[in-house]
Amino acid sequence: MGFTAGLTPHSNGANLVSHAEDHEGTRRDFLYYAAGGAGVVTTGAAVWPLINQMNPSADVRALSTIRVDVSGVSPGTQITVKWLGKPVFIRHRTEEEIQAAAEQDERFSAGESVIDPAARNANLPDPTAPATDANRTLTSPEGQPSEAWMVQMGVCTHLGCVPLGNAGDFGGWFCPCHGSHYDLAGRIRKGPAPQNLPVPPAEWVDDSTILLG
Amino acid sequence: MAGIPHDHYEPKTGGEKWLHSRLPIVGLLYDTIMIPTPKNLNWMWIWGIVLTFCLVLQIITGVILVMHYTPHADMAFASVEHIMRNVNGGHFLRYLHQNGASLFFVAVYAHIFRGLYYGSYKAPREVTWIIGMLIYLCMMGTAFMGYVLPWGQMSFWGATVITGLFGAIPFIGEPIQTWLLGGPAVDNATLNRFFSLHYLLPFVIAGLVAVHIWAFHTTGNNNPTGVEVRRGSKAEAEKDTVPFWPYYVIKDLFALALIMAVFFAIVGFMPNYLGHPDNYIEANPLATPAHIVPEWYFLPFYAILRAFTSDVWLVQLASFVTGGIIDAKFFGVLAMFGAIIVMAMAPWLDTSSVRSGRYRPMFKWWFWLLVIDFFALMWLGAMPAEEPYASLSLVASAYWFAYFLVILPLLGVIEKPLAQPDTIEADFDAHYPPKDDAKGAPAPTPAE
Repeated sequence: MGFTAGLTPHSNGANLVSHAEDHEGTRRDFLYYAAGGAGVVTTGAAVWPLINQMNPSADVRALSTIRVDVSGVSPGTQITVKWLGKPVFIRHRTEEEIQAAAEQDERFSAGESVIDPAARNANLPDPTAPATDANRTLTSPEGQPSEAWMVQMGVCTHLGCVPLGNAGDFGGWFCPCHGSHYDLAGRIRKGPAPQNLPVPPAEWVDDSTILLG
Repeated sequence: MAGIPHDHYEPKTGGEKWLHSRLPIVGLLYDTIMIPTPKNLNWMWIWGIVLTFCLVLQIITGVILVMHYTPHADMAFASVEHIMRNVNGGHFLRYLHQNGASLFFVAVYAHIFRGLYYGSYKAPREVTWIIGMLIYLCMMGTAFMGYVLPWGQMSFWGATVITGLFGAIPFIGEPIQTWLLGGPAVDNATLNRFFSLHYLLPFVIAGLVAVHIWAFHTTGNNNPTGVEVRRGSKAEAEKDTVPFWPYYVIKDLFALALIMAVFFAIVGFMPNYLGHPDNYIEANPLATPAHIVPEWYFLPFYAILRAFTSDVWLVQLASFVTGGIIDAKFFGVLAMFGAIIVMAMAPWLDTSSVRSGRYRPMFKWWFWLLVIDFFALMWLGAMPAEEPYASLSLVASAYWFAYFLVILPLLGVIEKPLAQPDTIEADFDAHYPPKDDAKGAPAPTPAE
């Protein structure tokens, strides 16, 4: 009944689509909504693969973890490896550097030129824990002095430039683009960068291999 | 709005009639090329033809360059060097394409500021203006992606910085950035998609240009007086206009010849003047160039992007009101896109009933200040992010927004415009008095 009743007023053909004046839902209204809904879903399902193809492909995703052999990184040297398309600094500190870092750590903890107090360490249960030297460094393998290894992203937190090592007012890293000074633990101490250099997920696979990611 | 009355194409021979009744394409071309055009257009009305030329030049040289270019992160840089050294005439074609982009932007900025001064954006030409702004956005996208293709240091780091803008969007920024790049950083996937889109977008621009021309052929051209062509009758309209062919075609080609002389001098003698030496170093994701500077045509908007740092009270207010969702980085992105959006909104922000800046004594000053502001921003965009440039950038950015959001709406209310001429013909005759024998200057016809 509803079907014919809904159709009759428009049987002159002038207003076949709009049923705005019909306030009670007819079977035809239901069909419009159902067909419209199915059309939207179908269009979405057809368009999604066209959008999703631009997301990272399987080979790119497969490179999200890498193993780095650090047996050749003797104390006092640093290597830069590419991980997820970005540089990662791996630094092996000397005894003197560990000493100097500890002194810097005391001054940092005392609140001297602190810009970002958070550790930004993905390996900590709470990455925003205080940015102490211990919270920033990678736990050393057995038999090596603690706080001997620094692993951090080599991407300035200001505008994404790559900082230079052994440079700047704090002897750590210095970004030549806009003058950000990072200390020996990669903490931002001076300049426009807002955050400490982030520490990526890293762990020892054996005594000379670090797993990144 | 009815078009300007004029003669239409009439098929004469049997063959013409046969085709016309099936596809009226000759009539379409005839009406387009014979469009009645205000007879008082000055030299600032040449840029449309220059822009059309640039689009054709870029498409032709671009299609040729693709025959020798390899869109792969390992080979792109070498293939561009191959074009420069081995391909017959390759260096010249590439320099044409590279400097053609600069000529394109010189012309588009002249064209936009012409429109801003003579009120070409005002009713009934709002749609022409909006389509023009869309073309400008497509041009920027095309130029940016094209600059990435040689895979030099500036290509790589420019792409990193600009796609980083999308990463500044709250909550969804990082997935969007990853989606745009096809990975965690700029790499081969990025290069390939930019190549695809760089090839596609010029054809989108060509389509938009057709609609742009269609729109202003419907409303008729604006002109330096801003007074509309009379449309009462064909005879009346012919007193205000001349047909586009041959009058403006010849004039525009003369202007184009002069511009080509300068353009080819640059392409021939100083082809890298507008480029950056860093882009002749192959892209290296592990080393950043000391100064990342965009191409000159992006500098004004780059300056606006950088101007809003976290110590600006407006940024702090936005951050406070939104609970930190809008930080300084995102504010800068909003400001940069906003700078173009306010310009696109000019038809609705300008409240003056007078179209041409010629009859607006106060508007003139503010307009020329905007032109100076534009060049100041361009200069500031190339300067390092430190004082005094940071403060100057902020002042110059503020004026850009103030011009569109405050000055244009207010001037329409407080300004007392000068008397406008009654007709285009009256203004024309005042500048070029008719010869004594002429009874109101007979309408020129294309046959003469």
